[in-house]
Amino acid sequence: MSTVQPRRHVRAAQIRRERLIEFALRACAFSAVAGLVLIVVFVFKEAWPVLFDPETQKEASLQRFFATPLWQPVGDIPKYGLMPLLTGTFKVVAIAMLFAVPLAVLAAVFSAEFAPARVREVLKPAIEMLAGIPSVVMGFFALMVLASWLQGVTHSEMRLNALTAGIALGLGVIPTIFTVAEDALRAVPRSFREASLGLGATPWQTAWHVSLPAASAGVAAGVLLGLARAVGETMIVLMASGNAAITSADPLDSVRTLSASIAAELAEVVVGSPHYSTLFFLGALLFTITFLINVAAGAFVEQLRKRLAGA
Amino acid sequence: MSGTTLDPVPDAASAPLPVRERRPDVAGFSFTALSGFAALLIVLMVAVILGEVVWNGWSTVTWEFLAGVPREGMTKGGIFPAIYGTLLLVVLMVIALIPFGVGAAVWLHLYAAQDSWFTKTVRFAVHNLAGVPSIVYGLFGLGFFIQFLGHNVDRVLGLDVVWGQPALMWAALTLALLNLPVVIVTTEEALRTVPRDQREASLALGATRWQTVRHVLVPQALPGILTGAILAVARGAGEVAPILFTGAAYFLPFLPKLPTDQFMELGYHVFVLATQSPDIDATRPLLYGTVLVLLALTFLLNLTAILLRARLRARLLGRG
Repeated sequence: MSTVQPRRHVRAAQIRRERLIEFALRACAFSAVAGLVLIVVFVFKEAWPVLFDPETQKEASLQRFFATPLWQPVGDIPKYGLMPLLTGTFKVVAIAMLFAVPLAVLAAVFSAEFAPARVREVLKPAIEMLAGIPSVVMGFFALMVLASWLQGVTHSEMRLNALTAGIALGLGVIPTIFTVAEDALRAVPRSFREASLGLGATPWQTAWHVSLPAASAGVAAGVLLGLARAVGETMIVLMASGNAAITSADPLDSVRTLSASIAAELAEVVVGSPHYSTLFFLGALLFTITFLINVAAGAFVEQLRKRLAGA
Repeated sequence: MSGTTLDPVPDAASAPLPVRERRPDVAGFSFTALSGFAALLIVLMVAVILGEVVWNGWSTVTWEFLAGVPREGMTKGGIFPAIYGTLLLVVLMVIALIPFGVGAAVWLHLYAAQDSWFTKTVRFAVHNLAGVPSIVYGLFGLGFFIQFLGHNVDRVLGLDVVWGQPALMWAALTLALLNLPVVIVTTEEALRTVPRDQREASLALGATRWQTVRHVLVPQALPGILTGAILAVARGAGEVAPILFTGAAYFLPFLPKLPTDQFMELGYHVFVLATQSPDIDATRPLLYGTVLVLLALTFLLNLTAILLRARLRARLLGRG
């Protein structure tokens, strides 16, 4: 980027100052790298005993995580079975995605392809507002309002269950999916659409057969980013899922997720105890899952950029 | 392209021009209608959530509520300590965050060789920091700031437990890291709106790079930089998971004075009122009132950011 070199008559002191400033700015940029590395180091460090400390492994180890079907970390004989948490997380996230993906992608298509400018002026701020609702408020809404509505429909035994949490979580991730998908659709060059319309295709045929395929990598990136958010989201599931660690396939059973277990239990554990390490292990697991999904999403964004740039 | 609607003309010379079939286009109509319906549904759900909060919270939000302290097991009184704690938290966060975020964006924009591995690593880190779940930030805050930094500061200074416990400062630093990608991305976007020729004119006139940054780039990109800061504040005021173990308190009889004090916070207060109250019916009005205050705060901030960004984009378009 440096096309212009400092000229010779600039005093040496000034050059030194410039170098110092450049170094400081570079350090600022490095802070992002340092932050990510420190997160990895310190979350995995506290999870370490689960994998390598014999004393901790008497209570919590990889084998033990799958040897018992129960998550009962408090009690005479604590049980750290991950199955209920893993199935619980899967269940809630699956419901959230089933709810959010069709809505968000269809709305993005509507906004990018069909909506008159005036309608978009209502839709876009509404989505931004949805994005601005803090997750604790979404959890509150699910707990106080949504749960009762859904119970009225499903007549479920438990008021707070995977369905309630899943739908609230879906609401939380709609803005992520919508925004990325809509940006991708709008980045499809005008010429693509004009060519399609000029050949006699109707607007919806153009949207379905031209714009969506062209933007598919971006839509996929949006879905993946939404997925990563759903897996890691804490407050909504903590407040709306009921938090009972039950392994079942029934969406009307209460569930406990990985993230909610950390949030609910960490404040009361003894630092360095097997329970403490296990909760950090759950955090490390969440980090790894979301990290991989995000890397995949990044690859899709890159693919989209190349495809549209090559056009 | 589906074959049914675009059949090739059999004999181009003699056949009459193909007339588009006038059958009602059921598939097309349903697809368009469905997408419109999805959009409508989302708007309606936003309206329902906001309506619910405003409708039920409105009457609670009085001066006594805003300026009072919680009383009688949090079934009466106000939320002033939570508002105060939230403001203090975001102010500290912004002080820690802005220099790093803006500095990093300036470096990425003006100094960085875009193809170097270091630049790529920074961009990779920014992208992935943005995707780390907020609860993991909470774990990091506890593991790094409190257990590692705090404890070691205490040990070196020969103190009892002063720094090595949940505190306002650690929560603010945790949130600062959480929002670092937001500020870097929005600031860089803002810097890109400054026309390249102005930057080059400044350099060609003999200004150093730093002079160009200070007198050309940053002043012009200021609205965008502010946007990033405001978005970070809005998000900081609403995130609860990262502060669960790094400093937020269930209830405090005093206001925080030192960075090592714990604090009450609006979002955490909502969580406490909604889930830990022994008598939810008595707490309900306070709960709705608190949610309304929190929502109003984040929306005002978001709205300001959206307006600033719109102005910035208009300027960018105006230049062509």
